[in-house]
Amino acid sequence: MFEKIITIFSTWAIPLLLFFIPVLAISKKIKVYETFVDGAKEGFEVAVKIIPYLVAILVAIGMFRASGAMDIFIKLISPLTDLIGLPAEALPAALMRPLSGSGSLGIATELMVEHGPDSFIGRLVSTFFGSTETTFYVIAVYFGAVGVKKTRHAIPGGLVGDLAGLLAALFICKLVFG
Amino acid sequence: MLNYIWLGLMAIAIIVGALNGRLPEVTNAAFEYAEISVNIAIGLIGIMALWLGIMKIAEEAGLVRLLARAIRPISKRLFPEIPSEHPAIGAMVLNIAANWLGLSNAATPLGLKAMEELQKLNPTRDTATNAMATFLALNTGSITLIPATIIGVRVSLGSSNPTEIIGTTIFASACATVFAVSATKLLQRLPAFKIKEEDLKKASENDQSKTEEAD
Repeated sequence: MFEKIITIFSTWAIPLLLFFIPVLAISKKIKVYETFVDGAKEGFEVAVKIIPYLVAILVAIGMFRASGAMDIFIKLISPLTDLIGLPAEALPAALMRPLSGSGSLGIATELMVEHGPDSFIGRLVSTFFGSTETTFYVIAVYFGAVGVKKTRHAIPGGLVGDLAGLLAALFICKLVFG
Repeated sequence: MLNYIWLGLMAIAIIVGALNGRLPEVTNAAFEYAEISVNIAIGLIGIMALWLGIMKIAEEAGLVRLLARAIRPISKRLFPEIPSEHPAIGAMVLNIAANWLGLSNAATPLGLKAMEELQKLNPTRDTATNAMATFLALNTGSITLIPATIIGVRVSLGSSNPTEIIGTTIFASACATVFAVSATKLLQRLPAFKIKEEDLKKASENDQSKTEEAD
């Protein structure tokens, strides 16, 4: 039921916005076409502005992934994750999540192929994947678009969220599926 | 912060790559990801233009202000430094709503629009404001009511109940959001993350020298 309602919302949200915003605007005597073009002009500029930031972040992350450094890192912190009952196999997916969306989806998919989507690990990585964003990508794109280079506390704040998401996913999966 | 993380990722990659004999892969990855970055940005142009156009209409029609007024009780707590009917609030609400519905094609352009509006209130130009960091924190938690991507993967792998993770995902992302926002709010007071006096001074000097070309 819940899923149906949300799916209906998701299907209708954009068509309705694209319909009602211009209709409402034209009823207020706004020249919708000209206004649209005026706003859309900035699209190119914003997208191009992001490029240097995205190159910086994604290249560093790509190099890190290709080097195999992740495996070493996992060995280092696995005693800690054993302590809280996080399966060692799920750790790479968790660590990759804030760095790379496609990377962590790849790892999550591999894990589900290996253990099955209905295994505890399969459910855990599914939950974890959906519960947080690719923090570094969001930071590169969002701050890049406005030319902010000094990100202050944004990264530590985002990483606290990622960690909380991981622990919450582990907790709720143990409770519901464990 | 980003300086150390960025250098750290690359330095570790090169050192570990050399020890593992994977240096060629590391080099290839550098070139490959440089290209991917540009493709991502180019791919954004079209949807970015679409949503910025629609947002402009919504703004002129007063809809963004209406939305901002409706959310005022929450927004004035999360973003005390933003005037309550500022277009930034409307854009942020739309971005978060798009995230909830899993409309990622709309979420990113709307988020960037919000950042642009927040930047107009930024006295320092190249330094993040508290409002920006809080908005980013709201985004990293990314509550999605239907995590479509992972459900798709589960379906293709033959899960007997692909959507059973919806409830657990909403719980985990709600926790992530609450912690990210709280942490951001706490961290902004730390001396290490304060906006530096010299940046503020530099910013006000810059402003004086180019008041003419303000947008």
